[in-house]
Amino acid sequence: MPEATTQPGSAVLNLESLAADVVARAMKAGASDAEAVVREGDEFSVNVRMGQVETLKESGSRGLGLRVFLGKRSASASTSDLTEDGIRQLIDGAMALVKVTEEDPFTGLPETDEFGAVEGDLHLYFDDVFSLPAAERIEWARRAEAAALAVDPRITNSDGGSFDAATGRKVLANSRGFVGGYRTSYVGVSAAPLAKDANGQMQRDGWWSSARCFAHLESPEAVGAEAARRTLRRLGARRVSTQRVPIVFAPEVARSLIGSIFEAASGDAIWRHASFLAGKLGAQIATPSLTIIDDNLMLLPSGAGGFGTSPFDGEGLPSRRTVVVENGVLRNYLLNTYTARKLGMQSTHNASRGLAGTPGIGCGNLYLEPGKLSPDEIIAAVPAGLYVTSLMGFGVNVVTGDYSRGATGLWIENGQFTHAVEEITIAGNLAEMLQNVTAIGNDLVFRSAVASPTIRIDGMTIAGA
Amino acid sequence: MTHPAASPAQSHKRYFFEKFGITERLLERCLGEALSAGGDYADLYFESVTATSLGVDEQIVKSASQGTSAGCGVRVISGERTGYAYTDNLSPERLLHAARTAALIASGPAKQPVQGFIETPAANLYPVPLGGFDLDLAARLELILRADRAARAFDPRIVQVRAGYSEDLRRILIAASDGAFASDTQPLCRLNVYAIAQDGATTTRGAAGGGGRAGLEQFTGSKSPEHLAHEAARGAILQLGAVPAPAGEMQVVLGPGWPGILLHEAVGHGLEADFNRKGTSAFVGLIGQSVASSKVTVVDNGTMAGRRGSLNVDDEGSATQETVLIENGILRGYLTDKLSARLTGAANTGSGRRESYQCIPMPRMTNTYMLNGDDSPEDILRSVKRGLYAVNFGGGQVDITNGKFVFSASEAYLIEDGKITAPVRDATLIGNGPEALKYVSMVGNDLRLDEGIGTCGKDGQSVPVGVGMPTIKLDKMTVGGTGR
Repeated sequence: MPEATTQPGSAVLNLESLAADVVARAMKAGASDAEAVVREGDEFSVNVRMGQVETLKESGSRGLGLRVFLGKRSASASTSDLTEDGIRQLIDGAMALVKVTEEDPFTGLPETDEFGAVEGDLHLYFDDVFSLPAAERIEWARRAEAAALAVDPRITNSDGGSFDAATGRKVLANSRGFVGGYRTSYVGVSAAPLAKDANGQMQRDGWWSSARCFAHLESPEAVGAEAARRTLRRLGARRVSTQRVPIVFAPEVARSLIGSIFEAASGDAIWRHASFLAGKLGAQIATPSLTIIDDNLMLLPSGAGGFGTSPFDGEGLPSRRTVVVENGVLRNYLLNTYTARKLGMQSTHNASRGLAGTPGIGCGNLYLEPGKLSPDEIIAAVPAGLYVTSLMGFGVNVVTGDYSRGATGLWIENGQFTHAVEEITIAGNLAEMLQNVTAIGNDLVFRSAVASPTIRIDGMTIAGA
Repeated sequence: MTHPAASPAQSHKRYFFEKFGITERLLERCLGEALSAGGDYADLYFESVTATSLGVDEQIVKSASQGTSAGCGVRVISGERTGYAYTDNLSPERLLHAARTAALIASGPAKQPVQGFIETPAANLYPVPLGGFDLDLAARLELILRADRAARAFDPRIVQVRAGYSEDLRRILIAASDGAFASDTQPLCRLNVYAIAQDGATTTRGAAGGGGRAGLEQFTGSKSPEHLAHEAARGAILQLGAVPAPAGEMQVVLGPGWPGILLHEAVGHGLEADFNRKGTSAFVGLIGQSVASSKVTVVDNGTMAGRRGSLNVDDEGSATQETVLIENGILRGYLTDKLSARLTGAANTGSGRRESYQCIPMPRMTNTYMLNGDDSPEDILRSVKRGLYAVNFGGGQVDITNGKFVFSASEAYLIEDGKITAPVRDATLIGNGPEALKYVSMVGNDLRLDEGIGTCGKDGQSVPVGVGMPTIKLDKMTVGGTGR
């Protein structure tokens, strides 16, 4: 069962009984099925700029969402008002709306025998994230910025250093007997320095560390120094000419490619034929060295639960590990209950759920399995090419696979970095790019829920000067 | 409190006073608490939002949802420091607690807020209220059902259609320690259509939408369900026959309306005063300098009736206005909020906006557009030997510090010998903000505003905006295709 049962704080139990009560009242109001979610969160953030506190924010909030069914019709409502009046309006509103929707044969809650939550402690909540006194939190943000400013005289300005902490609680209950809840915690420190070169050109970059447990956070000094290194290496950036060369994606940008593959393999895009991966189940969609996993149960090396770990998904199905791509073969679409029914398949327990609306599809800890080469070895093997460190814009079309994004990075000549590059685009088609992954690094690190090692892709086009 | 007789603001204010039991006395107590540790300024931002959405998918009304949220944010400014706390519980105890939390940013003797509020004279740019819980849902359903039918009827190759309607009603009340007091009720609707086309092994998508701060009567003409449906379906069908986009620098003609997102990314964000105050924008120190061709005049205007980006008052209670950003190529000014206006000595342009009561306001755009020039769109196209004609776009993004921006074309064509030829596949365009508009060599006489679909993100906060532009020609811009 979820952590709520092993840490029975009174507030936790109250939220669970609140959710169950709302479900019961919706049933009494005439729903044939109902599902309620309750969210509660506390947040703290401070930004220190040029040594002075710039913003300091501290607050908490709650929300309640309800999905009701009337046979094969469904509707949803949400509110931030958890008073008796607010809950009554929520139920009345949802029941009024469900009468204007039409029957959809595929709608409905999962079957009763599908529900469940992963047993044992997934280590998602650590109460030390709010343990620092406010003055110490400000000090962490100040130290991160100061460390960045101290690295080099060309670092002359800053968007600041920041420290954030948050805790949250999610509860889900439905009329088929599922009640579950869990708590999560988060803490982060970051720095965003600006550097100016001799020509007055400014560049900004940043770095961060985040964790579920304060004790696992990197030091503000390490974060600040890395932020400075990343900003400084952008100085002197220039355009390169339009050409086709190998492109090496740094881990922090390679992960966005993995995210695009997840989106293309998501059930909603598949049943609509709105994906270049539709109909490709079992097909060789990528080079055989490519394996992509979505693991919703993973623990980090620190012992904490991964950033995408949870005991159950947005519909109350137990979290699991799903192989998306194995040795280049598309093994699974990512499905919630609705999209699974549309495709005549079983849910992969990837339902995501906000307060309002119908469940979507979300990943857990989504990653590309690491290869054997070090990033240095990958770069050293490139005769001429681009090492991409950041991407801009929204130029990814998962229907056609067309990919075209703004990029910045470092030019590689004979396996060595020569100068920074900016104001260019990189373009290709995802279907071809997946076949043209020619190297995968050994540098997989989970800094967030989606992660990738360094990868090299051949055959893409740079558009520039 | 002073206020003009029969002000529409009366009803906005009454909503909070009656529904949540807010009183002027309570507002003064909270502001007093917010300044209990000193500080230069404090404000309270009450917000109550009801949102309704409906969706048709596969000819079935599959979804209907509504959401309500209410809360209050308390801000205290001390020098350049901002303390912020919010609560979704509007009881006096929780409001006073939030005020005490925000107060911790300052450290000094208590200050007294100005006694007596003065209401901001507000414009009346949109009808209120559209609805809330008493919406005529049938009339709204009819819009999406009409859109669904029209998109399906467009072409047999359209295999999937989705249409959605969403409507928000946002009520705000702002009271500040300087005596400022404002309230507003802001409607916002939007109709969206998505289409998928399939022909053999080729699948493509198209999308269109429209809306604004107006009632259902706005969904006629270019915002009618049929027109939007045809645009979505046409876009998808067009892509079935698209060729790869070219790669490299070339002449680019941007069509009127939504391509004005160029201005939003290339110059708009870089002119927000917070970045310039901190010296982090590529436009720092360029006031009075040439940043565009002399044919280019760009304004930000929050006072246009019914527009998605318009506001009677901004989220600090200041009246919105028309602000000239670039005049005949010369950079004239920045967009400011209360904090940046005070710190830089500039006038407040009424640009302080926030996503919700949980967010600290900052300078943002409203409706940003380029004024008409003298050229006819036909002459502009005829003048291009080889280039790209882009008429519709997805999103865009900018790096404020180095000025590099992108925006992604979703409908574009090759121009060959002055004629529009083959449609091209999706491609991102990239440029450098302070330079890009210097290459504007022709400006059309066909200024158009977008149909009301823009949402701008900054520091994690989303706000509705508008853009607009006549047809323009850029002598040089980089097109990010594959060049095959």
